[in-house]
Amino acid sequence: MKMPEPDADILARRSEIIRKMQDIVPGEGVISEEDELRAYECDGLTAYQQLPLIVVLPENTGQVSEILKYCHETGVKIVPRGAGTSLSGGALPLADAITLGLGKFNNILEIDYENRCVVTQPGVTNKAITDAVEIRNFYYAPDPSSRIACSIGGNVAENAGGMHCLKYGLTTNNVLGVKLVLMNGETVELGGKHLESEGYDLLGLITGSEGLLGVITEVTVRILQKPATARALLIGFPSNEAGGDCVSEIIGAGIIPGGMEMMDKLAIEAMEGFVNSGYPLDVESLLIVELDGPEVEVDYLIGRVDEIAKKSGAVSIKISQSEKERQQFWAGRMAAFPSVGRITPDYYCMDGTIPRHRLPEVLKRISELSQHYGLRVANVFHAGDGNLHPLILYDANIPGELEKTEEFGSEILKLCVEVGGVLTGEHGVGVEKRDLMSEMFDEEDLKQQQRVKCAFDPGGNLNPGKVYPTLHRCAELGRVHVHDGALRFPDIPRF
Amino acid sequence: METLRPDNETQVVEATQWALSSQSSLEICGTASKRGLGRPMETAARLDLSRMSGIQLYEPKELVMSALAGTPLAEIEAALSEQNQHLAFEPINYSALLLGDGSATQGSIGGVFISNLTGPRRINIGSARDHILGFHAVSGRGESFKSGGRVVKNVTGFDLSKLIAGSYGTLAVMTEVTFKVIPAPEKSRTVLVLGLDNNTAMRVMSEALGSPYEVSGAAHLPERAAKESKVDYVTDANAAITAIRVEGPGPSVDFRCQALRDIFQGTGEVEELHTQNSKTLWSEIRDAALLPDKGDHQVWRLSVPPAEGAGIVRAVLDKVDGAVFFDWGGGLIWLSIKPQTDAANKIIRGTMSQGGHATLIKAADQVRSSVPVFHPQPEPLDQLSGRIKDAFDPHRILNPGRMVAGR
Ligand SMILES: Cc1cc2nc3c(=O)[nH]c(=O)nc-3n(C[C@H](O)[C@H](O)[C@H](O)COP(=O)(O)OP(=O)(O)OC[C@H]3O[C@@H](n4cnc5c(N)ncnc54)[C@H](O)[C@@H]3O)c2cc1C
Repeated sequence: MKMPEPDADILARRSEIIRKMQDIVPGEGVISEEDELRAYECDGLTAYQQLPLIVVLPENTGQVSEILKYCHETGVKIVPRGAGTSLSGGALPLADAITLGLGKFNNILEIDYENRCVVTQPGVTNKAITDAVEIRNFYYAPDPSSRIACSIGGNVAENAGGMHCLKYGLTTNNVLGVKLVLMNGETVELGGKHLESEGYDLLGLITGSEGLLGVITEVTVRILQKPATARALLIGFPSNEAGGDCVSEIIGAGIIPGGMEMMDKLAIEAMEGFVNSGYPLDVESLLIVELDGPEVEVDYLIGRVDEIAKKSGAVSIKISQSEKERQQFWAGRMAAFPSVGRITPDYYCMDGTIPRHRLPEVLKRISELSQHYGLRVANVFHAGDGNLHPLILYDANIPGELEKTEEFGSEILKLCVEVGGVLTGEHGVGVEKRDLMSEMFDEEDLKQQQRVKCAFDPGGNLNPGKVYPTLHRCAELGRVHVHDGALRFPDIPRF
Repeated sequence: METLRPDNETQVVEATQWALSSQSSLEICGTASKRGLGRPMETAARLDLSRMSGIQLYEPKELVMSALAGTPLAEIEAALSEQNQHLAFEPINYSALLLGDGSATQGSIGGVFISNLTGPRRINIGSARDHILGFHAVSGRGESFKSGGRVVKNVTGFDLSKLIAGSYGTLAVMTEVTFKVIPAPEKSRTVLVLGLDNNTAMRVMSEALGSPYEVSGAAHLPERAAKESKVDYVTDANAAITAIRVEGPGPSVDFRCQALRDIFQGTGEVEELHTQNSKTLWSEIRDAALLPDKGDHQVWRLSVPPAEGAGIVRAVLDKVDGAVFFDWGGGLIWLSIKPQTDAANKIIRGTMSQGGHATLIKAADQVRSSVPVFHPQPEPLDQLSGRIKDAFDPHRILNPGRMVAGR
């Protein structure tokens, strides 16, 4: 992965930049000592590491605005960072860029039960929002597995998903507003406590923009009342096909479960070996289906899913009889990463989405690739929405194995695109999938996206080197090419 | 004015290239059902997408459909209903309000997404913009491009789908759209609470929405609005009506209705509407058909923090002669007022200090030319929106002036 060449001028200006930052953020907010910078050298994609020029930890929107304005005017690059759990290298530092940490924005500003929303600073963790409203039985729906650690600002920047997104939506469907500082230092408010933002939907655009368009300094999210009850079924199948069919039949029957997760044999074994969830070990694929809502509804739907599962050829079905048992069903799946981490020195988590019915075929081809590369793969799958997380098992200490793993990963993502899916379902493009963007988009598609970037950050100073493989200058992107001969009135049916 | 009716995307590219090279502009339309929305425009030609019609892909078990932009909404809804599915966001049918004819064309699927039309289910299922998965379009630069895909979970690149939804054709000509479709609920019922004043109604709706009973519609109709309904129960009540909808599997709906009735006990008389009546009432709410004074009255649509709804209405009706009803638990206000040259712009927008926006949905052309139809934005945001427009349509050839004067 090639990152843009560091700008020697900026490196030479380092002490001047430090002084300027200390003016803006007094106290301990500027980090420049190498041993302290180490803590920021990577995010959740640990294969890539780079010390930042410096780290700045502002405390309020005014400071962020001043920092960005200075950087905009003097050509200094900025990498925004939340909790640093990105799995795609979105928060990977650059040698010539300030890493702008939002960690000090750690307060919930307002809990508004009447309007069913929470206004919070971006550094607050995903889970802390639910914790803050739980006393009134409310919760914040999107639940990435990293929710204890990841920040809500990072969630907005990555449009994070989770186990319950099929029914309750992704981050983008649950954010009502943000305060955003633009690269030129201006602050805009998008959306708010009302439901619709008018004019161009910049809130929707910002969500999932991976820190390329602005720095989020405040977030308003909607909160929901917790479902009265939830129960889960644990269903084992003799083949991935049967499991995949069952998922399709459930949805085809008009049922949208609160959660629907699938895993293959290696994943089942790893999880059961780590957490005693009671997963059957004699099945090829396992499905957890969770139904939530009023008790009558849950009981009714459990009955229907049970029927569908039997028809789809399930060989084992367990239905949770208590809250404790439901949590036990989930415990294995929740611990997917550490479980796999226990059976391999290293693993690499992929994140493609496919049309659901292509699952059996995709799994088959992944297993062929696995043989080809000589690397094992455990598959966990947000089955309801087609989001596949193959975990490639490897050993970074074996020379060349990381490169081989990455190549294998790329092949999996290309396969996802080939069957009508996409490169990333929830982890983002970052640096990791940057060079694969042209698998999904042609030149013009990518240029149009970058023109949008130019509207926010014409100098390209905000999180450069991420998401887009080729950086075009905004002036060049702005040029309009009129085809020769288009001057005559077009030959189109006229009336 | 000349009308161009392209058959395919290549011809749309040609049309935009022609407009660019001849420095002309284009009005984009599907079936023209929403021409009256937004600011009036003067363009050199009209680009009519009605011939680019047809469902391209429909996989019910994948919950996904793609269609060319000019496909009639009616055709889409018919195909979905055969599979017991629907567009969960309940696209508004503006024909009764704007054209005075409820039976008239309901528009095209492109028009639905491009104007982000969303009905009562907004409160729990989101807007049109939450259902669009991807699209193909031709920009004002005369270039075709695509964004998104056909799967729900997708964070690959900027989410331009959100940007195109609600852009009223000012950024690009959308030629094909892919969207989420959802199983239609097995059963739908509405609990009515009679005789509440606006303040109490807001509280009741807030309680219902804050309950675990998955309310999918929460509207309040002051008596004058209730009188406009075609549902006898609603009209004959001779009282204000607060309507709470629950949908889902049969046993669950029965249970939740009862649970909600228990909550409302003591606040007012409680009734229940079953399938057909419930459906009629919610389509009236969706299409703003419950505003009294149809004729030449001007119509506003206000989106506000739900708890502010009643206060804003009080402040407006203190100064303006009009009528209202509420949807989205109080967060959406439909307001009709006696015609005025400035459509009471200053008064109405002046009440919205707590955030939100007001859209002038219906007024004579000259009023919509002089009063900002869409809520004016603070300067940095307005400038940013201008730069976005330039990123797609630098020569302002697509629906110029439809959203903001001069661009
Ligand atoms: C064990 C584990 C499990 C995970 N499970 C899931 C999962 O289930 N679902 C899922 O979607 N993701 C998951 N992730 C990925 C990750 O947690 C999410 O992407 C999360 O949203 C990142 O949040 P963060 O605060 O750590 O952001 P960071 O990693 O710090 O940053 C991520 C990106 O957002 C930008 N950014 C951060 N804050 C801001 C801000 N305030 N303003 C502008 N830009 C900003 C950064 O520049 C960067 O591009 C998982 C990660 C781990 C390590």
